[in-house]
Amino acid sequence: MTDQSHTRFSVALNVNGVKRKTEVRSADILLDVLRNNFGLTGAKPGCLNGDCGSCTVLVNGWPIKSCMMLAVAASNTNIVTVEGLKGSATQRAFIEKNAFQCGYCTPGFIMNIEGLSAIHPDADDSIIEEWLQSNICRCTSYEEIKAAVYKVLGKKPEAGR
Amino acid sequence: MIGFDFEYYRPATSNEAVKLYESLQAQGKRPVYYAGGTEIVTFARLNQIETGAVIDINSIRECRVYQFNTSELVIGATVTLTHLAETSAFPLLSVTGGRVADHTARNQITIGGNICGEINYKEALLPFLLAESNVIIAGNNGYQDKPIMEAFNKRLQLEPGECLVQILTDRKYLNLPYFSVKKRKIDVIDYPLLTLTALKIDNTIRVAFSGLCGYPFRSREIETILNNHELSREERIEQTVLHLPAPVLDDWIGSAEYRLFVLKNTLEDMYLALEGESL
Amino acid sequence: MESIGRSVIRKDAVAKVTGAAKYTADLKTVGSLYAKLVTSPYGHARILSIDTSAAEKVNGVHKILTGKDTNILTGEEIKDRPILATDRVRYHGEPVAVVIADTLAIAKQAANLVNVSYSPLPVIRSPKEAYQQGVPLVHEHLGDYEKIAEVFPKPGTNICNHTKIRKGSMEIGWAKSTVVVETEVSFPPSDHCAMETRSVSAEILPNGQVIIHSSSQVPFTIKKMLSSIFGLNQGKITVHTPLVGGAYGGKSAIQLEFIAYLASSAIGGQKVQLINSREEDFITSPVHLGLDAKVKLGCDAEGYLQAAEITLLFDGGAYSDKAVDMSRAAATDCTGPYQVENLWCDSFCMYTNHPYATSFRGFGHPESTFAVERAIERLAEKLGMDPIEFRWKNAIRPGQTTPTQVILNESRIGNVRRCIERVRELINWEEGRRIEITPERIRAKGVSCFWKNSNIDTNAGSGAILKFNEDGTVHLNCGVIEIGTGSRTVLAQIAAQKLGIDVDQIYVEMDIDTSSTPEHYKTVASRGLWMAGRAVLAAAEDAIGQLLNVAAQVFRVSLDDLDIGKGFVFLKDNPARKLALKELVYGYVYPNGNAIGSQVIGRGSYTLRGMTFLDPKTGKGVPGPDWTVGAQAVEVEWNKRDYTYKILRAVTVIDAGTIINPKLAQGQVKGAMHMGLSFASREGFIFGPNEVVETTQFRTYKVLRYGENPDYTVDFVVTPSRETAYGLRGIGEHALIGMPAALANSLSTAAEVHLNRLPLTPELIWRMKTGGVR
Ligand SMILES: Cc1cc2nc3c(=O)[nH]c(=O)nc-3n(C[C@H](O)[C@H](O)[C@H](O)COP(=O)(O)OP(=O)(O)OC[C@H]3O[C@@H](n4cnc5c(N)ncnc54)[C@H](O)[C@@H]3O)c2cc1C
Ligand code: FES
Ligand code: FES
Repeated sequence: MTDQSHTRFSVALNVNGVKRKTEVRSADILLDVLRNNFGLTGAKPGCLNGDCGSCTVLVNGWPIKSCMMLAVAASNTNIVTVEGLKGSATQRAFIEKNAFQCGYCTPGFIMNIEGLSAIHPDADDSIIEEWLQSNICRCTSYEEIKAAVYKVLGKKPEAGR
Repeated sequence: MIGFDFEYYRPATSNEAVKLYESLQAQGKRPVYYAGGTEIVTFARLNQIETGAVIDINSIRECRVYQFNTSELVIGATVTLTHLAETSAFPLLSVTGGRVADHTARNQITIGGNICGEINYKEALLPFLLAESNVIIAGNNGYQDKPIMEAFNKRLQLEPGECLVQILTDRKYLNLPYFSVKKRKIDVIDYPLLTLTALKIDNTIRVAFSGLCGYPFRSREIETILNNHELSREERIEQTVLHLPAPVLDDWIGSAEYRLFVLKNTLEDMYLALEGESL
Repeated sequence: MESIGRSVIRKDAVAKVTGAAKYTADLKTVGSLYAKLVTSPYGHARILSIDTSAAEKVNGVHKILTGKDTNILTGEEIKDRPILATDRVRYHGEPVAVVIADTLAIAKQAANLVNVSYSPLPVIRSPKEAYQQGVPLVHEHLGDYEKIAEVFPKPGTNICNHTKIRKGSMEIGWAKSTVVVETEVSFPPSDHCAMETRSVSAEILPNGQVIIHSSSQVPFTIKKMLSSIFGLNQGKITVHTPLVGGAYGGKSAIQLEFIAYLASSAIGGQKVQLINSREEDFITSPVHLGLDAKVKLGCDAEGYLQAAEITLLFDGGAYSDKAVDMSRAAATDCTGPYQVENLWCDSFCMYTNHPYATSFRGFGHPESTFAVERAIERLAEKLGMDPIEFRWKNAIRPGQTTPTQVILNESRIGNVRRCIERVRELINWEEGRRIEITPERIRAKGVSCFWKNSNIDTNAGSGAILKFNEDGTVHLNCGVIEIGTGSRTVLAQIAAQKLGIDVDQIYVEMDIDTSSTPEHYKTVASRGLWMAGRAVLAAAEDAIGQLLNVAAQVFRVSLDDLDIGKGFVFLKDNPARKLALKELVYGYVYPNGNAIGSQVIGRGSYTLRGMTFLDPKTGKGVPGPDWTVGAQAVEVEWNKRDYTYKILRAVTVIDAGTIINPKLAQGQVKGAMHMGLSFASREGFIFGPNEVVETTQFRTYKVLRYGENPDYTVDFVVTPSRETAYGLRGIGEHALIGMPAALANSLSTAAEVHLNRLPLTPELIWRMKTGGVR
């Protein structure tokens, strides 16, 4: 991070395993820098208010809403976006379980689940719910997403009530 | 997209942070401390705050600690709510802080930010009010150590430039019987219609509220009523309603009447949880 | 190689899980400028002055447009809406000015400096209030507006459309009725909440060509509207629509496109992007309409419906847009799928000072169904009949007539009774409707039926092209937008089935370009597969004709000696004599080099037949080709002490005709049920003073989250349509329709109180039950 006027910086962000240099305003949010400076448009703006989760990326392994983080504050972290996944179990499960329709919320959900499966590989229903309630999907019924998470975590679908 | 520019600093010590604040303030930049940034960034997009400089306090070592000293649990101001929820040294805090916003947001929201922010629910504050913790505040003249019950009145009373560094909680309060409930309008993710936390110390119950009035509070007067065993539980609850310190919120989450209905139910639940069936 | 009935993986799947999928705002180009709106902070106010001088001084600002620069009225049915407000604003969030600048940050900064001074005016708060005599008029010059013939506004009032349905004789109907109930229902406007906010860009090339990118369900309508409003030749306009991040009807309105076009033309044609913030998407762009309704129903002692009198007052908001159409659509199906001889319905679309409404999944039906199904529930209760039995008894059947007097046959109506029977089993109705599990916890069930026809233009249609590659693979080109439904994949299945090739051999691009893509009317009304399916079939038949023609020459046989399948054209009586498609698709080459035939391009198109306008006096007419019907149930667990509840189960049985792709069909139905439950349980704008919307973020406007959903059960009854490709029926919207009523019925049963308002929050139930006393 080199400091020019304190309102603009030349930063090197570690994105998907590659150090990428770019110019940012201090006021730029990470989401905009990923999308506009690096062309990584997988993370989506849904509300820019921390409410919907469609902008979720991993920062040091944890899901973070990139609309609420300044890009300058993300230097010296490891950032992973959906573009950084290469045929992950979550991606495959989403296809198999029809866990999306319009697909707009999908990268956010997938990144959240990537974080979840790494940090809590044995997550029970209450942990899964706690994590996934951070994201909104307006198309599916969430049952499809649940089936996908179960598949990723190797859990058996519970029998009906 | 934030429509205005500001400067960004990331000091390594609280002393540096305070100095920076002073000089930026002198330049008319209206600086703010940046912790999780969730409120600053979302408010800035809507021009609800305008600032010429942010001072990121995440590199300040003492703000990041989470450890025990001889008699206290020390929590740094930039520890995230997720971190607090995933460690169970202070279960009441883990549970109460673990219901603020949503999980991903809590990966960013800090305990200091929750307490010092503009959004007036500050749910993660309540356990500290009950445990009568102390706050360490960095300012021009070095550190101050104050009881939170004095430092917090509607909001944490900070002078311009002061920065919350740590919160110290006596070990003896950490594992007492507690009650913590967040009632929402209907959703699992929402601001509180009512958050009620209680801690039982010997035979006395301490209670703190958020979402009920315009600010979070713990009231000695209400505790006296709630612990008055001369009265039936019902009477104590009725009395409580009459002694709230401020008007009950009446907004899109719920009407004042409904909040009071929820309050009464929740107080009953609290008694049941902490004292069992009434005799 | 059967393609029909298989859960083929969506063609857009890989793009969507890898982040490669592109939506409108993802298309970045260098040199684009950015626009930012200045919007009204009032529900109704006079604009006294607009001062842009400070904003103009900001470095990087190119232009600021206000209503003065854009004095044009727009609207699909009634031209009542200025592109930017001129002398007054009629709803909170209405665009007042637009700033065009080098970056979005600059545009925002400048927009903040535009100083508009307002003088607030009295507001109309509900359609009921709008209907009163002597209240302020939202549009004083209603009579002067240009409009199409099929809407009936009443100048001098706030009525922007009035649809009348008159069938049978009310006198006879009431005389035959031994039991009569009256019900009033009401709910506020709400929102579609597509996760992708509405986004557009506009650019005008030096040769005058206009290029629009829009996140839209109606790119072809955008072309036509730009053409008619700005007097442009349609050939000069190209609208691109890439993948759309959810729509649900909300992206069938045209609004930002006009602003972006004007912005670009004001600065010499440079590209301008305009993307809604979530707050703008909630209120500035059109919303889901609200309703105040009154239903009076009568039945005889045996429980047969004899009379219905229905008054619907829709909250169309400040401008008419598609709400006028929805109010008509609701009227045409106002009884629900029940036989009612004697019917009187007045459906009004009312102007109010609320954000204006446009199409919402179900197009007027979820709203009117809530009203009618609540009344039916009460009627059954008053009569003392099981509500499922009551519905089954009255379910409409072939040979009977609809509210607009269409005589039904099986293809048109499917099998309502079978759906009801199956729902009854699946929800385990026998077990009981209201069960006290503990003194505090009560489990209860509620049901509803639904039906819906389309009510789109009488000449709506669709086109498709199948273009072959030399290796026999095929590109399917059609105008149905991929808004999430998977329709383009299902259309590929239809083409594959007809052409007798594997669906993997068919390629479908996801973006639409109105200059090269055959037109599909609008991706609305669950008519995508219905109409485009026919067009694709026709295109496949056309291609097959061309292939067989060449093969007939090669084999020296007649056309009817040949058949096509498994990638070959072969002789019916000797399938071993065959030619691979790749030997035919670019013409056949004989060993000596002679060629016959040429590149095969299949083309097909389709237009609805037999639709009519409604008779203005009686509503008689044919509003669409068929109805999709079904029955639904919801089971809740309600807590008597704190009034909270959990939705345990939701069931839909829908007569979907032939299912082309079971997994996608299930997904559509479940998604629609889910949206219906979200709407009914928690959505709806909350208004403050001067009808300012207080809930313009997901922080305050609540939608269902993961884990709050019940278990969903979906089952299909199959009555194939005789008119469509392989007998399919439209299903995209329908499973939303009965959900609000089923939820309200279950909660009303649980709490033993009539819940006729939405959203069904615990506080509402508490209030209805206790009168709000603590
Ligand atoms: C999606 C969402 C949902 C929310 N829901 C809830 C909820 O249910 N309940 C609830 O209680 N809150 C809720 N909030 C509020 C949330 O808790 C605040 O955003 C949060 O408190 C801010 O924490 P932060 O660490 O991100 O602070 P920042 O945004 O970094 O700072 C917030 C303010 O506090 C000041 N500040 C921060 N740290 C210090 C310090 N150490 N010393 C002095 N000043 C400091 C900053 O200068 C700034 O003014 C929600 C927020 C979001 C984004
Ligand atoms: S865009 Fe970040 S949470 Fe919605
Ligand atoms: S798939 Fe459309 S929002 Fe989730």
